[in-house]
Amino acid sequence: MGKRIAKEVSIAVAEAVKQCKVDVIAAYPITPQTHIVEHLSELVANGELDAEYITVESEHSAISACLGSVATGARTFTSTSSQGLALMHEILFIAPALRLPVVMVVANRALSAPISIWNDHGDIMAERDIGWIQTFAENGQEAVDLVYHAFRVAEDRRVMFPAIVNIDGFTLSHMIEPIELPDQEQVDRYLPPFKPRYKLDPRKPLSMGPVGIPEIYMEAKKAQDEAFKSAYRVIVKAWDEFEEVFGRRYHPVETYRLEDAEVGLLIMGSLAETAMSAVDRMREAGKRVGLVRLRLWRPFPLRDFVRTVRGLKMLAVIDRALSPGATGGPVATEVRSALYQVPGRPRVASFIAGLGGRDVTVEDFEEMADRAYFYLKKKPKEPYEMIGVKE
Amino acid sequence: MPKGKDTALMSWKEVPFGCHILEPGNSVRFKTGDWRSFRPVLDKEKCVKCGQCYILCPDMAYSPDEEGYYLVDLTYCKGCGICASVCPKGAITMVIEEV
Repeated sequence: MGKRIAKEVSIAVAEAVKQCKVDVIAAYPITPQTHIVEHLSELVANGELDAEYITVESEHSAISACLGSVATGARTFTSTSSQGLALMHEILFIAPALRLPVVMVVANRALSAPISIWNDHGDIMAERDIGWIQTFAENGQEAVDLVYHAFRVAEDRRVMFPAIVNIDGFTLSHMIEPIELPDQEQVDRYLPPFKPRYKLDPRKPLSMGPVGIPEIYMEAKKAQDEAFKSAYRVIVKAWDEFEEVFGRRYHPVETYRLEDAEVGLLIMGSLAETAMSAVDRMREAGKRVGLVRLRLWRPFPLRDFVRTVRGLKMLAVIDRALSPGATGGPVATEVRSALYQVPGRPRVASFIAGLGGRDVTVEDFEEMADRAYFYLKKKPKEPYEMIGVKE
Repeated sequence: MPKGKDTALMSWKEVPFGCHILEPGNSVRFKTGDWRSFRPVLDKEKCVKCGQCYILCPDMAYSPDEEGYYLVDLTYCKGCGICASVCPKGAITMVIEEV
């Protein structure tokens, strides 16, 4: 086992990528992701990592280079944030359709305007439908662990889909935390060499990315969707095997003090740590409040999610992104839809909080839980509301 | 009227992985000629056999015959008119396709 030492999370993520023995990195620096790719470029320049580091002129080029690279059978990594992710947008859809397993870490940051370099989930929620596997990390150790898992799952020949690991900008990316980097031998045991089902090879020519005329487009998308949904089993299995090798256990849906809870808070990402403190305080005060954390966002863990929350009276979903004029935050609308067909389903309250780096404190979580209790008696006037905004 | 899916080329279960084209050179089976609304017609009197049409045809629809003239294969000619446009002798005219 590796030693547990204090490290900046971005540096630890870069070290994990190095341990995954990537062949190609193509990235463009953007706050708050910069330290990840900066450190990787150092590792390559110092000869510590035998990889090609492609310096590009934009994120659009970065992801395009990544697709080309992984198409030739090279293990490929990139990382971005916010506007950079938005600039990648059109290429992001192509990777899963062509079954090109790039791995990307997104240091989540708000989208402009107003210009904000600070953390929320607006960037990734705008990319909800790109067809990538998407996981969320809660702390530095998870960020690192999810990188090994992302490569392992994405490159699995039964999967072959790209994967994004979401880490909260600054609140994770720039924190110095005690992190255990495993031994290389463990990583090698967990992550076999990349052997794609098909690759660009002049000795065995094939074409990737042809036109899909109306007589084939829907069949192609159906095939993609079915393959993506069946990747779920492999994703979960890879976490089982992760535990065997590294001793830490992950689930698509995780809970904290949810047994016998009436109200469940639901959140993704690093704020769950604050939410746990809030749950502790409310439990001490005799309130039956628990926490649900979605680790896997895509493919959505529908069955496991429903099984986890069906006993609750109320689910208070905290979104870190705003979908203006919608029927709720992006996670809340998804959750409402997931529960709609479930008999005796919990009610869902949608809260938007922590936009553009606004702190969400233990007190804010208590306020949301109190409101959720209130909404058990009285229906909310609006389908969603912002918390922590000055009137 | 038939259902939309009756026009599909294959079941979704038969779509190749990633919708890749696994057989090289199979575009010969793609009969692009039926897109055509104009057809190139060669006047052999004017033709000097320079081969500009052959070189510049984007679909490689032209090929030389025994006498050295370049003839178009209408199975693939989309009727784009590049050959007529580049011909230095004005030997190729685009004629409207009769339906």
